[in-house]
Amino acid sequence: MSEPKFNNSLIRWIDHRLPIFTFMHHEMHEYPTPKNLNYWWNFGSLAGIVLVIMIMSGIVLAMHYTAHVDHAFQSVERIMRDVNYGWLVRYIHANGASFFFIVVYIHIFRGLYYGSYKAPRELLWMLGVVILILMMATAFMGYVLPWGQMSFWGATVITNLFSAIPLVGESIVTLLWGGFSVDNPTLNRFYALHYLLPFVIVGVVVLHIVALHRFGSNNPLGIDVRGNQDTISFHPYYTVKDAFGLGVFLILLSAVVFFLPNSMGHPDNYIPANPMVTPAHIVPEWYFLPFYAILRAIPDKLFGVLAMFAAIGVLFILPWLDRSPVRSATFRPIYKVMFWVFLFDCVALTWLGAKPAEGIYVILSRLFTAYYFFHFLILLPALSIFETPRSLPKSIGKPVLGGGGAAMAAAPAAPRERS
Amino acid sequence: MVLQRFVRGLLFLSFSLLILIPNAPLKAAGGIAVPSQEWSFSGVFGTFDRGELQRGFQVYKEVCAGCHSLNYISFRNLADLGFNDEEIKVIAKEYEVEDGPNNDGEMFTRSAIPSDTWPAPYPNDNAARSGNNGALPPDLSLMVDARVGGADYLYALLSGYHDAPEGQEVADGMYYNAYYPGHQIAMPSPLSDDGVEYSDGTAATINQQARDVSAFLAWATEPNMEQRKRMGVMVLIFLTAMTGLFYVSKRKIWADVH
Repeated sequence: MSEPKFNNSLIRWIDHRLPIFTFMHHEMHEYPTPKNLNYWWNFGSLAGIVLVIMIMSGIVLAMHYTAHVDHAFQSVERIMRDVNYGWLVRYIHANGASFFFIVVYIHIFRGLYYGSYKAPRELLWMLGVVILILMMATAFMGYVLPWGQMSFWGATVITNLFSAIPLVGESIVTLLWGGFSVDNPTLNRFYALHYLLPFVIVGVVVLHIVALHRFGSNNPLGIDVRGNQDTISFHPYYTVKDAFGLGVFLILLSAVVFFLPNSMGHPDNYIPANPMVTPAHIVPEWYFLPFYAILRAIPDKLFGVLAMFAAIGVLFILPWLDRSPVRSATFRPIYKVMFWVFLFDCVALTWLGAKPAEGIYVILSRLFTAYYFFHFLILLPALSIFETPRSLPKSIGKPVLGGGGAAMAAAPAAPRERS
Repeated sequence: MVLQRFVRGLLFLSFSLLILIPNAPLKAAGGIAVPSQEWSFSGVFGTFDRGELQRGFQVYKEVCAGCHSLNYISFRNLADLGFNDEEIKVIAKEYEVEDGPNNDGEMFTRSAIPSDTWPAPYPNDNAARSGNNGALPPDLSLMVDARVGGADYLYALLSGYHDAPEGQEVADGMYYNAYYPGHQIAMPSPLSDDGVEYSDGTAATINQQARDVSAFLAWATEPNMEQRKRMGVMVLIFLTAMTGLFYVSKRKIWADVH
């Protein structure tokens, strides 16, 4: 890695004292990246950009929003009708949340398929799970802010879950509410936290990127980078590829923002919150539905809540459940099939979460919930032992010819050198 | 890999269903199918029909406004319907609103001006309930977004008053409606043939009035809809061109990699 040469003398002067330009050159320009990344690798940087879009639109909304039960709904309508382009900012923020989850879920399933959570990227993966949990908390509290019927009743149902915790449950719920029911103190603290958490997410994203840059990206073959012939510099190759992906993403987001802006919301949230009237079906936002289905599948409240949290918690220990030394599903004939089965399971749980908890839906929810945990707790450890992986290519540069030489193949997976 | 292909097919199917289900607003609350209507404002290039909006406004003003508020609409918003400033001032003057306190600390009433919001028929919810047999007539400003089925549902509801079919019990003070969840609604059929007299000569049938007022409420729900769609078309054209340039650049830059 060479020292970058800057032509501008002012930049040289600053960089000598504060090597921020050298840092940026190494981490965003020169940063060696496997040359075989496919388009599924676009979703990481895309998630980062969506986070920025959400924070920017959110700050503008915060300038016009009033966090009070008597004014919140009205202030949102004021944004929609009287604030210049307020409708645009709010639709971007509301639909952006849904798209954020779409992007992040694809990013996660990409990690599952290509084994990106395996050594030496366990902490990178776990930081990602932390980001997911923070996103869920932020999204949930954000959905409460318009103070519509679904805001109020969603908040009531979800905060009540914590009352299932033995001994301290009731106290936790009182603390979350700031009183003895979902009311103005609840709205105020949710607003404060909804503004805070995105910046916590930014902090964890920085750690996520630091951990990523230690060993660099995983790749579709799931084998370690052997040397310079396997990599290309991040800029311009992946900056332009990410720019193209961003363009496609913005087209899809705009199509929804401008032409179907309420398709992912619930009509009941355009009715002001009313503690005296319960909606016929209380449904969380779509991105919570698989977890909601797991919650309702368990007849006992405490164990339902535990199962719901365990469904996310199990991701933390995934690197130690899947012990197969082969990362990419491309070379794992059985896992490859089971990955798609698992994805189907998650889609089915999403669908079931939107259905009323009655009849066949309860039975199906239980089956798919059982399979969810079976996949992680039994199938993956068993596959690590019984599955025979296909033989791996020698290197990224010459996967077909198997070249690269004995010396290169024997090179250890060392962290990339820093200069 | 037959199994894998099967699983992928299943997955594709379930994804498509997930996308299609929310876009099929044919089932309103209570699982009653609502027939979809042709609206001038639906679709990518949809715009409001000013004549239809003005007729719908007349229906709201002369029929609905007796019980239903329209809190998020101001007189000045009527400019969207094609009224000019003078006409809006004249319409506003027909209404009295409470203002104050004045320098003596007294509240007083005055004629409405364009910046006033539409005056509500009742001072509070309790008064509204008391005047309506215990039922609360909801505010209509957001009706189209606040009901599954939107304008289609409103049209179906307003034109859906029939005699109750055999065997259907209708409670005292309730009315049978084919499209209301549970089929019993506290609102008596608000529209009647020639209940209003349209100045443009359109025959004021129940269906015509239901249609016009549903369109008016679609506008009231989202007065910025035309601006949103106009901007959306331009944004999509721009983004498509930009993405195309990125794609070409990507191909060029990556040409030497493989």
